[in-house]
Amino acid sequence: MSRSPALSVKNLRKSIGKKEIIKGLSFELYPGEVFGFLGPNGAGKTTTIRMLVGLIKPTSGSVHIGGKNVQTEFGEAMKDLGCIVENPELYPYLTGWENLEHFARMDSSIPESRLKEVVDLVDMGNRIHDRVSTYSLGMRQRLGIAQALLGHPKLLILDEPTNGLDPAGIREMREFIRFLAEKEKLCVMVSSHLLSEIQLMCDRVAIISKGSIIRIDTVEALLSEQERVVWNAEPLDQAKHLLGKVTKVSEMEGKLITLYDEDQIGNWNRLLVNAGIEVKEMRTKLPALEDLFLELTGGEHID
Amino acid sequence: MTKLVHNELLKLFRKKRLFVIILIVAALVPLFTYAQYQQAKTTQEKLGNADWRTKLQQEIVDTQNRLSSSRLQDDWRKYLKIRLAQQQYYLDHDINPQAPGAPTFMRVFVENSITLLLPLLVMVAAADLVSSEASGGTIKLLLTRPVKRWKILLSKYIALLLSVSFIVTAVAFLSYTISGVVFGYGGWDMPLLTGFSTKGEELLTDNVHLIPQWQYVLMEFGLVWFVCLVVGTLTFMLSVLLRSTAAVMGIMLAALIAGAILSNMVSSWESAKYLFMVNLALTDYISGMATPIEGMTLGFSLSVLLAWAAGGLIIAFAVFTKRDVY
Ligand SMILES: Nc1ncnc2c1ncn2[C@@H]1O[C@H](COP(=O)(O)OP(=O)(O)O)[C@@H](O)[C@H]1O
Ligand SMILES: [Mg+2]
Repeated sequence: MSRSPALSVKNLRKSIGKKEIIKGLSFELYPGEVFGFLGPNGAGKTTTIRMLVGLIKPTSGSVHIGGKNVQTEFGEAMKDLGCIVENPELYPYLTGWENLEHFARMDSSIPESRLKEVVDLVDMGNRIHDRVSTYSLGMRQRLGIAQALLGHPKLLILDEPTNGLDPAGIREMREFIRFLAEKEKLCVMVSSHLLSEIQLMCDRVAIISKGSIIRIDTVEALLSEQERVVWNAEPLDQAKHLLGKVTKVSEMEGKLITLYDEDQIGNWNRLLVNAGIEVKEMRTKLPALEDLFLELTGGEHID
Repeated sequence: MTKLVHNELLKLFRKKRLFVIILIVAALVPLFTYAQYQQAKTTQEKLGNADWRTKLQQEIVDTQNRLSSSRLQDDWRKYLKIRLAQQQYYLDHDINPQAPGAPTFMRVFVENSITLLLPLLVMVAAADLVSSEASGGTIKLLLTRPVKRWKILLSKYIALLLSVSFIVTAVAFLSYTISGVVFGYGGWDMPLLTGFSTKGEELLTDNVHLIPQWQYVLMEFGLVWFVCLVVGTLTFMLSVLLRSTAAVMGIMLAALIAGAILSNMVSSWESAKYLFMVNLALTDYISGMATPIEGMTLGFSLSVLLAWAAGGLIIAFAVFTKRDVY
């Protein structure tokens, strides 16, 4: 891609004590995309995000936001960043508006008028002058996003933004994130432990497990890898030869794998049976994304 | 930077900490005023009906008699002369030295609150400056702004300096106005003795001289302000190191109370004089009270306190700017 990345992470590592929690992550994010950061609890999503936003120091590796190194050009890098790490914690004894004023004062490039803009953007007009301690979680989440958007960031990082929201809130949040990416041309990075969420709102996704990225791809590509059929047949070579004449076949662990085609699957089976091949098992396989993720979450012990 | 300090003051103000502190002072001052009023009344009763002027005149004659004795040492003679001048001044200006005015009350009040009460109040204001951001999670928002960490901590420290100054000023104002209702507002020019120093068991009087009370009170408030600043700085450091405001207060409280106890029993444990909490009673150097440990001087105590505050500040900034925030 020719566009310059909004976020570029190179070989990021973090050890706490003797334990390596993040084991060399590299990825790049581009303007206008929603990037999913998917992994089970304890995979290291929050720890990674803390390093991206400069809250903790990487053991090694680098983070660039809008081309600025978070370690060495902190102020410059932060100007392009808005973030919520874990829960949207604001000052409960101040009103929503005072919270925004507080954070606006910390960046002289934010004009007075921007406050009104972000309040309208997250649609909080009627409650903005109430104290934050009276807000529901959904409203805190929205206020959190409002404060993150104050400085016109190019990159928005949200850590589990739908955690604890009700279904309507989740849906609203999803639409809002898509809106920010498509209309405001922001690059949004969203972490989550829920596949369904990532699937619905992200363009690309990185799957992280135990501190390593297992796979990065577009959601589209991962989903369009069709459902496949796993064949267990005797004799294998003959079955492979026959199926190879009608479709694409690959062999894996003593089994054959073809694409799933609802119209043809019966014909293929008949073809094998007629040739005297014993079909012991025919099984459909889930799409790649879900497959990968289930493998991760199912087979993992979080310690 | 002023915007950052504005933020910190706003938070301080909205948390109502300062308000509570002022309320505490406003509640305590009448209490002490009443106590001192009772004391003055008792003294008055002891004197019986005798006019205080007659008694003062008697004292002056006494002093004069002692001065005329030829066997006096030089420094003692000088001291007595100063005493005489003080007594004469009281008589000439019609000041009853036994009847306190508001400035006298202020003086007694700060002398008695410099080691515990005021440090405690300052501690309450300083304890949660940083720790509350850590425990409330707001530190994550604070530190992901385009502002360097040391600037954020500095703005908090400046807010602390302002709060300490505010507390000390408020204590001065409240103790003056409230006690004045009972004692009257006069007495600023009353001369007081100062310049005592101790050497071993002896009270040295070579440097004793008279200064007007307003100067005396001003000096004492300056020292109180300094003590409060040091205690505030150390509390501030703990607030950076610990997430829990309760833990900060607990440690500081233990240190201050330990200081109050130690001051009464460390006379033979010499190295205790390097502990900050044994050096808080700075006003004692002006009024000439015995120091907890031999050889302690105003200069020594000021240096010890300054060293502790500087150390605390360095640790606070080093930790805050480098630390990983979880
Ligand atoms: N402060 C810490 N000290 C030690 N280990 C930690 C610390 N914070 C997180 N971890 C460990 O790092 C791993 C990743 O945690 P985290 O980044 O919070 O995961 P996620 O956000 O993906 O659920 C976990 O195994 C957790 O136990
Ligand atoms: Mg997490």
